Amino acid sequence: MKKELTCISCPIGCAMTAEYQTDGSVAVTGNQCSRGAQYARDELVDPRRVVTATCRTESLSHPRLPVRSKGPCPRDQIPSLLEEIYKMSVKLPVRLGDVLGVLGGVEIVASRSMPPR
Amino acid sequence: MDAAVVGGGAAGMAAALEIRKRGARACIIERDDELGGILLQCIHNGFGLHEYKEDLTGPEYAERAVRGVGEAGIAVFTRTTVGEITANGAARELTCYSADHGVMRIFARAAVLAMGCRERNRGNLRIPGSRPAGVYTAGLVQRLVNMEGYIPGRDVVIIGSGDIGLIMARRLQWLGCRVHAVVEIMPYPSGLTRNIVQCLNDFSIPLYLSHVVSRIHGVDRVEGLDVTPIRNGAPDPAGQFHIACDTILLSVGLIPENELSKTAGVLITPETNGPVVDATMMTSVDGIFATGNVLHVHDLVDNVSDESRLTGGFVADYLSGTRPARQVRVKPGSNVRYVNPSRVDPGRGNRLYLRPLIVKNKAELAVRAENRQLRRVVLNHVQPSEMISLTLRERDMTDLSPDAVLEVSLS
Repeated sequence: MKKELTCISCPIGCAMTAEYQTDGSVAVTGNQCSRGAQYARDELVDPRRVVTATCRTESLSHPRLPVRSKGPCPRDQIPSLLEEIYKMSVKLPVRLGDVLGVLGGVEIVASRSMPPR
Repeated sequence: MDAAVVGGGAAGMAAALEIRKRGARACIIERDDELGGILLQCIHNGFGLHEYKEDLTGPEYAERAVRGVGEAGIAVFTRTTVGEITANGAARELTCYSADHGVMRIFARAAVLAMGCRERNRGNLRIPGSRPAGVYTAGLVQRLVNMEGYIPGRDVVIIGSGDIGLIMARRLQWLGCRVHAVVEIMPYPSGLTRNIVQCLNDFSIPLYLSHVVSRIHGVDRVEGLDVTPIRNGAPDPAGQFHIACDTILLSVGLIPENELSKTAGVLITPETNGPVVDATMMTSVDGIFATGNVLHVHDLVDNVSDESRLTGGFVADYLSGTRPARQVRVKPGSNVRYVNPSRVDPGRGNRLYLRPLIVKNKAELAVRAENRQLRRVVLNHVQPSEMISLTLRERDMTDLSPDAVLEVSLS
């Protein structure tokens, strides 16, 4: 399997290729530094993203609560994580960092504190 | 009050905190219901990598600053709009309209302008076509979606490749909308590479560089738009194509918000659309300072906090009667759009912020005055969407004549 990608480790944005070798290792070309090689390897083997969204609250003044995945979430799990977030309705008050749910080992936490009401 | 800070976003909070830390009394005046500013609607991550060495969302970044403001005992007036700033003897008089207290007058020895910026809109672009509902600026949609819980439409096209538009492309995709294209008039994107990759490439959203939206269609609601490629510097109608959509987002740049500054008689420069400031971030009006996006539009909030902390320190100096012995002028040279501030104090180190006009690897940044080079730095990569910050040390500026002019250029 082969993947063409643009590096996001710094603003230069190297055009890179990451490819599985016959021995199972990953070869990276086009990178100018080791951070780029690491990024390309991760993108091929286990691409992850931090997911940020909002969920419903019971407040009129703050109808939406911003939430995030605590760490990066595997890309193919993002749709189910979002579905879970959109189903939630949070009772206020809530504190920054409160765990609101867990899906596939990924914690969904509050991105801010919100007062009651 | 010693200092009144107008605006409770990242800039205002950092400036007020520094003023308080230096022992002066500061207050923050904020028109919204709570402190935080635009950070509160920027629910995505990528903030704080420099400031906190952590990957934070906008609300998380804001909450750290808000907590600091609370612990420092800074007076905060929310739901309060400043209408006018005038001189009243040695004091600045701020006429405020408060939802809780009615008309208020705040007298302060110094005022700090930290109102941020606003979005360029359709009127700034002159796109031909009809005037249907469904054309929004990207930041407005960000607020509607992330704070108020409204989805503006289902089939979206984004005009301009600014960061807010890119971030909203991903946000709308994650909400079940379809983003059909991003159309950018320039041959390169104006947003960060990271956002092109994670917000467009991840969703296979096409980015049309060197393309212009030549017409918007629709009567009551947007029905679609025409896109025309730019070839040899002119739109080429032969390559024109149509995209059907019900919603258009504009992400075409930000303008410092200086209506209030003008009431105080502050001089604005067309280079940045922000106030002209000296080596202490003081505007052309004595005792009025400017910081953050009201001064020039930043691409990272970390830079806003950093700059505003410096500004807060200068305000504290001013309040204690300390002013630079002398200042020399700084001006942009080749390939530099602007330099802020436009004066430096040769008696100390100075932080300069500049915006390049070129895209280049291994670019040479040089500061020259009176036919000699004061400082030279080689930068790995420069592009217009990334602001450059440069520290000019005291030893770089020895033996300058009083009327020297420093020129900052890129090659």
